[in-house]
Amino acid sequence: MAQVSSIANEQTSTPLSSSTSITLRISRFNPEHDESSGFMEFSVPVQKWTTVLEAILEVKKHFDHSVAVRYSCRQATCGSCGMIINGKPRLACFTKISELNSNVVTVEPMNNFPVIRDLAVKFEKLFDSHQKIKPFLIRDDTELVSDEKEFLQSPEEVEQYIQFANCIKCGLCNSACPTMATDSSFVGPQALAQAYRYVADTRDKGKDSRLKIIDDSHGIWRCHFAGSCSQVCPKGVDPAMGIQLLRGYLLGFRS
Amino acid sequence: MANDEHREGIKGMANPGRYGIERVAYWMMRLSGLGLLAYFIGHIYETSNILRGQVGWDEVLELTQTTEAHIVLAIVIGMCVFHTVNGVRVMLGHGGIGVGKPARPDYPYEPASQNYRHKIGIYSAILLSAIAMMYGMAVMFGE
Ligand code: HEM
Ligand code: SF4
Ligand code: FES
Repeated sequence: MAQVSSIANEQTSTPLSSSTSITLRISRFNPEHDESSGFMEFSVPVQKWTTVLEAILEVKKHFDHSVAVRYSCRQATCGSCGMIINGKPRLACFTKISELNSNVVTVEPMNNFPVIRDLAVKFEKLFDSHQKIKPFLIRDDTELVSDEKEFLQSPEEVEQYIQFANCIKCGLCNSACPTMATDSSFVGPQALAQAYRYVADTRDKGKDSRLKIIDDSHGIWRCHFAGSCSQVCPKGVDPAMGIQLLRGYLLGFRS
Repeated sequence: MANDEHREGIKGMANPGRYGIERVAYWMMRLSGLGLLAYFIGHIYETSNILRGQVGWDEVLELTQTTEAHIVLAIVIGMCVFHTVNGVRVMLGHGGIGVGKPARPDYPYEPASQNYRHKIGIYSAILLSAIAMMYGMAVMFGE
């Protein structure tokens, strides 16, 4: 018998099966019939490279298929998998369990978004606000009829806005924002950063109309420069910078 | 869920633990602003007692000579200095000054707006208000 157990020990210590296990706590809530949310705990084997999204999918595959989660690209590109991971808004596919330094990983739906079910939240408001600031080039001519075929920009001109064009509309910034936490009408850091993205684009002629849209009682003035949006953004967009630069135009510091 | 929109609410707004010193400065700014407003209203009431003449005025001054009143005043001094120094930092930031320049970001995407200049501003505001509080207490309790 001793031999058998030592063989078993040997097997568990081989590299392939040497994974450790963590406790994954998943917030469960179905607004259709639940009064409040509760947590379900699962023991999930993880490797050094396992992401939070993979751990959740492991749970769906082996323990509970009904866990609701939204994801698509698995590579921080589609912006679908934002959630609160150990207290902070992060992308589940872009967060390795090993970097959390904890044996317990808690996942909850993003704050400041209505919950559809479990970890999936509604994005309608995010997309509406994004659309509100006119996320496209505004000008009288178009590339199609212009003789030049395309609007040329120098590398320096591209540098002015390209950082903000990295936004994947994941909503993490809106989830971290302290104003978003209490003001349901606030346009939010995501849309404000996108307003800057177009205002800073030399091809765009819509600055005045965009500034008018955000110069609203629930617009840019509700930002207090707490910076949490920039600290959670997974794409380096730095919405707080964009918002302050944008406000510089409205305050007359820039033209 | 407490509300359909799943907003974090005031507790989440004020929670200073997760997002660095900038978020702490944010709520200390709000708190000190409201504290100063409360003090300002109280101060108008306090000084309005001069209308009661010498006796009334002396009575009110008497009230401010207690240990409790000295502690309250020390806190007001701290709030005042923090709010002013951090207020100058926030106003510069709001004007787009010292928040960094747009640039193609690289992993791990340290946000340029959360830079050392603003951190120094915040820590100086805290340090200066601590020094002012200590000086104020030395004057008030040192008599
Ligand atoms: C020279 C001194 C002062 C400066 C530079 C200053 C600056 C500022 C700034 C920049 C803000 C906006 C902060 C933000 O956007 O989050 C603010 C907010 C505020 N201040 Fe002051 N302030 C000063 C004195 C005062 C005084 C004396 C009072 C009270 C009578 C006061 C009461 C407030 C209040 C109530 C707020 C709003 C707090 C909030 O809800 O965020 N401030 N101050
Ligand atoms: S600014 Fe950053 S955090 Fe906000 S939606 Fe865009 S990518 Fe996500
Ligand atoms: S799954 Fe696409 S961003 Fe995470």
